[in-house]
Formats: sequence, C-alpha cells, structure tokens
Amino acid sequence: MTTMVTTKPSMWTNYSTWANRYRKWLFAAPAMIFVGLLIAVPLGWTLYLSVTDSEGSVRAASNLVGLSNYFEVLTDTDRFWPAVMRTFVFTGGALAVELVLGMCIALLLWRPFRGEKWVRVAILLPLVATPVAVGMMWRLIFDPNIGFANQVLSWIGIPAQPWLSGQYTALPTLMFVDIWQWTPMVVLMLLAGLTSLSDEPDEAARIDGANSWQRFWFVTLPLMRATVIVTVVLRGIDALKTFDILYATKGKGGGSFHEVETLNIYAFGLSFDYNDYGIASTVLVLFFLLIIAIMWVLTYRRKANRS
Amino acid sequence: MKRHSVIRVAAIAAATIIAAGTLSACSTGSSDDGGSKTLRVTLANHVWTDTIKAKLPEFEAATGLKVELSQYGEDQLSDQYNVKLNAGTDEIDVMMYRPLQEGKLFAKNGYLADLSDDVESNADWNWSDFQSGPVGSTTYDGNVVGVPIITEQEVLYYRKDLLAAAGLEVPTTMDELEAAAQAVKEQNPGVAGFVARTGKSAAVTQFSSFLYSFGGDFIDKDGKSGVASPEAKEAYAFYGKLIREYGPENVSTDMSWPEAMAIFTQGQAGFYTEADSLYKNATDPETSKVSDTVGFAPMPAGPGGSVAYNVPSWALGINAESKNSAEAWKFIEWATSEDLTLAVQQDGVPGARQSVWEDPAGTSNYPADLAAAIATSTKNGVGHDRPLVIKVPEAREIVGDPIVIAITGGDSDAAADAASDAFQGILDDE
Repeated sequence: MTTMVTTKPSMWTNYSTWANRYRKWLFAAPAMIFVGLLIAVPLGWTLYLSVTDSEGSVRAASNLVGLSNYFEVLTDTDRFWPAVMRTFVFTGGALAVELVLGMCIALLLWRPFRGEKWVRVAILLPLVATPVAVGMMWRLIFDPNIGFANQVLSWIGIPAQPWLSGQYTALPTLMFVDIWQWTPMVVLMLLAGLTSLSDEPDEAARIDGANSWQRFWFVTLPLMRATVIVTVVLRGIDALKTFDILYATKGKGGGSFHEVETLNIYAFGLSFDYNDYGIASTVLVLFFLLIIAIMWVLTYRRKANRS
Repeated sequence: MKRHSVIRVAAIAAATIIAAGTLSACSTGSSDDGGSKTLRVTLANHVWTDTIKAKLPEFEAATGLKVELSQYGEDQLSDQYNVKLNAGTDEIDVMMYRPLQEGKLFAKNGYLADLSDDVESNADWNWSDFQSGPVGSTTYDGNVVGVPIITEQEVLYYRKDLLAAAGLEVPTTMDELEAAAQAVKEQNPGVAGFVARTGKSAAVTQFSSFLYSFGGDFIDKDGKSGVASPEAKEAYAFYGKLIREYGPENVSTDMSWPEAMAIFTQGQAGFYTEADSLYKNATDPETSKVSDTVGFAPMPAGPGGSVAYNVPSWALGINAESKNSAEAWKFIEWATSEDLTLAVQQDGVPGARQSVWEDPAGTSNYPADLAAAIATSTKNGVGHDRPLVIKVPEAREIVGDPIVIAITGGDSDAAADAASDAFQGILDDE
C-alpha cells in the first residue's frame, strides 16, 4: 500500500517537474510548430518542384530531373540574367536615392519647427496609398498622349517623353515611383534614429568649431550607423521583392521587351502564365538564396566592423 | 505541492488541446455538404455577363438554387483558375473560360468535366444548333468539355467623318487602308491614321487576320512553324508600319484593347482593327466621343484575300471536382438557351447558335454595316486567332515579338526568323 501511494505521485511529480522546467517551450510549442510548418512546407515544396519538370498542373505527373532546371536557368542569358540585373539596378538605384533624400528630409524635420505636424503627415501620405492604386495613378500621369507629365513638359518646352511605354525609360520611371512612395518610410526610420541621439556629442563638436557639414559627417552619421544599416536591410529586401507597382503598370512579363521584368515578375510569369512550375520554382529558390546572401553580407560586415 | 503540479499539468494539457483544436478547426472549416443548393459560378467581365446577371433571378426562381457569382478581368480570371484548379478546389462549379487560350491545357489537366452526355440529354435545348467551328474548339479528345457562348470576328472600325473629309471610300484592300491612314494622319494634326493593339501578347489575336489576309498562318499545312514564311514577314512588316508611321505619337508597346479602344473612342484615330464583340464600346455615347460617326467594314483584302478570324472567345465548362455538376449543368443549359442567346446577341454579343444568326431579330440591334462585316468574316473566317498549342501564353509571346520589333522600327524579318525557331521548339515539344 505504501508503494502504491509513493509510485503514483512520483510519476506525476517527475512529469510535472519536467513540464515545469520546460514550460516556456511547452506553451510555445503549438504556435512554433505551426509557424515552422508554414515556413518549411512551402519552402520544401518549392525545393522539390525545382528539381522536377512539373508543368501544366502541379497535380499532373512529373519527373525528377535533378539539377537540370538550375543549369537551364543559370545559362539563360535571354530572360534570367537580364532579370537579375534589372532587379539590382532597380533596388540599388531606388535605395540609394531614397537613403540620400530620406536623410536630407529627416535632418530637416529633426529640429522642432512651426507646423511640424502637418509637414510630417503630408510626407507620410504616399506611404499609406495602396501600391496598385499608386501604379494606376502614375500610369495615367505618365500616359504618353494624354498624361499630365507630358503636359507639364510641354509648358516648359520639352518634347513629350515615352515614360512607362519606352523600352529604356520604363525602368527609371518606375524607380522614380518607388522613390516617391518609399522615401517617407526611410525618413520615418532615420528620424526615429535621429531623435534617439543625445545632444552632447553634437554640442561638443559645435564648441570645437565644427561647421554643420562636419558635424553631420563626423558626428551624426557615425552615430546613426546602426539605424542606417537596419534601414538599408529592411528597405533593400522590400525593394528586391517589389511586385505590385511593376505588375500594375506593365503587366505580365514586364512589357513587350521585358523592360521591367525583375526576378519576381519573371517567376510570376513562369508559374501563372507559362504554368512552368519546375523552372519557376528554380528561379524562386535562386532568388531566395540571393536575398539570404545579401542579408548575410550586410550582417557579417556589420559584425566585422564592430569587432 | 502535489496539487500545484497537477494543476500545471492540467493547464498544459488544456492549452495543447485548445491549440490543436483550433488548428484542426482551420483545416476542416472549408468542407461542405454534397447536395448544396448554392451554385458557385465564376465569370469574366463582359457584356455577356452583365446580361446574364440581370436575368439571374429568373433562374433562381425557376430552380430554387442560389447562384453565388464571382467576376474577374481576363488575366485575374486565369490566375484564379491556375491557383484554385491546381489545388483541386471544389469551390467552383461553373466556369467561364477561353477555349483557344486555356481550353487545351485545362482539358489535358483534367480540370473540365466531360459534358458529352449532358449536351445530348435535352433535344429541345438542341446541341446541333451550335456552330461547328466553335464546338470543335470546346471538344477535347472527342469529348465535349464546354459550351461556346461568345464568338468573335475581327472587323475594321473607322471614322465616317474623317473619311468623308478626306474624300475617300472605305478601304477594301490593305494598300487602300495604308493610303487612307496616311491621308487621315496628314489632314488631322493630333489624330492618328491607324491604331491597334501593340502589346507583344495582346496584339497576336488582332494581328492574326492580317497574317491570314497576307496568305500566311502561324502553323503551316505540314504542322511546321509558318511564322518565318514570306507572307508572314510581309504581314509583320505591314502591321508594324501602319502603327509606326500612321499610329499615335510615342506609341506604347503595351497596348491591349482597353488602351487602343480608348484612343479610338476619344477621337484620336481614323482606323482601328479589333474584335467585333467590343463594338458597344465605340457606339455607346457614354463611353465614346465618336459614337455617331463610327463605321464598320470587313477586314481589307491582302494578297490572300479578306480573311478574318472567326473564333469562340468564351465558353462555359464545369469544374471536374465540382460536387454540384448536375445543378451546374442546369445553369449552363439555361444560360445558353435559345432565348438567352438571342437576348445576349441583341445586347451586342455575337453568340454561337446558328438559329439566332438566321433569325432577323438576332441582328436587328446591330449597325447594318457591322452585321454585313460580321457576315463576311463568318463566311470565310479562320477558326483560330492564335497558335493552337497547349502552351498558348508562351507561344503568343514568341510569335508576337516580331510585331513589336516591327512597330519600333527594328528588323522584323530577322525577328520572325528567330521567333520561328523558338515556336518550332514548342511545336516539337508537343
């Protein structure tokens, strides 16, 4: 009888001590497993599709073809590599202008002034607009025949430009739209960084006789490094994945010459237009690796600089 | 202490059960009982859809079914089907699809239910009344997989006032069309002589009638690519030249019909080649500034005659996974009945029933010149307006490339040679 009394509670006690010790994992487990599966299953499925010749329907029979899709994509100088280049031109160009412009505006807004609230709200307006609506709006403004942009140019005597419809002007025009829409977010992030800075280093530099450019370049900017890097990482990843304004203005394939076809647009066309799921998955896996690589370089450099 | 740990264990167990319960609820939430009285119908934005939508209450009252209608633009519709049918959804019962664009692919994938028995089940509904051309393209491997609802022919839209001002007759040959487009452009600053679709993929269907009229075709008699034939090269160069030299300034190479139609209906072009099923856009005073001066003519004759396409652009099918296929068929039977086909045709959408075309009431609402142009196109029309392959979207981009090159003033002959090689590759794969 004594044994019965001691063994049963001891099983419970053992289990409950174990559960108690790992309770943070136990409680979080269902949600973590769920989120993990949500990430892992689509990724695994894409990886699997990328080594098959699946096309037409993902439910149709397909064969494993090993790495031949990767070989095909990586040797494709017609669509894939130009798309990679456009992705980088778009991201790099837009990001650089956004950073410089964003920093300028953030510095202007840093010190309190009259009507500050209104200016801040006005600057944030592009950010809250729906990207597809933004795309449609700019498409109307940049219409070569009836658009507002060409009308403005004609007032100051410059001939009409093709804008979005030109083979070589479409991508820069869309970079402009991206800059218009996303500079406010860069301003917001940099401004948050600026307001958290303490005034002392700046005052010290001022007393030492540094001019405003020197104070910005040698004092404020180095202090802002962490904020700038976070901004670059977040906005950069976002810009790499831009889809909405490109698709809303130029449609599938990024125009008749594929002039704005970035990797995202290319992968979308491959899967939803060509129903070529194998190749589309390969492009997406390569795109994924690319983003990981960039992130790794950025964070690695940051750590290396710090040490 | 013992009690505390029991409570803890109980709490953990409860949390786990609740979490698991929530998850499983998520996964089973979409299941539905088989004999549902709700019919899910997916349609494209079209005048046809507007007419049918207005009459839906009649169908619901007669059958006691409730129709849940989803409506999308062409591209969005394709994307919807790609995602949902790929996943084997049973949430679509009746689907409006494009037999020439997706028909082969959908049928091959097994997305479309076999309707062979249904179409023969009701003699009054009269399947044999449907024109054989359209029926051919909704049949796959000898099985009927769809019922054609809308047919299209290409016609020439023109501005009567501009033509009269230039003292010209309606062009009946390609050479006359070019001369007239030139005259209109020269006499009216800011107005283009000619406009048509320019987007690589979008232009292919409206270019096809030029190709046929110059004596070519996408696929030749031996089943090989005909894209680089001398006739095809001539057609590419001609279509490109019309738009490059007599088209709008700074012409975009992304135009599909909404953009090209807008230029014509805003009074900025003299001639426009387009599908007749869109004619309401040009004749409706609410959308068109030229509604009272627009005229219609058959495609001008090239070296190969006046040969337009005459195709079934849309059809109704039933999702093979649908659990409501009997009710779905009732909807199709109703929507394609002789009465409704007549009603739809009177609203300006050409149908596929021969009896409606033979009925004077079937064309009574059409402008007389449009009815005459359609009759010409129907008589010697070609039954396809794009390459008939499984990978239509890819093929369209390939054969459309020389069009864009020609419009921008590049070497369209070389582009046609390159396109032909690529297109032959697709033909070899299939």
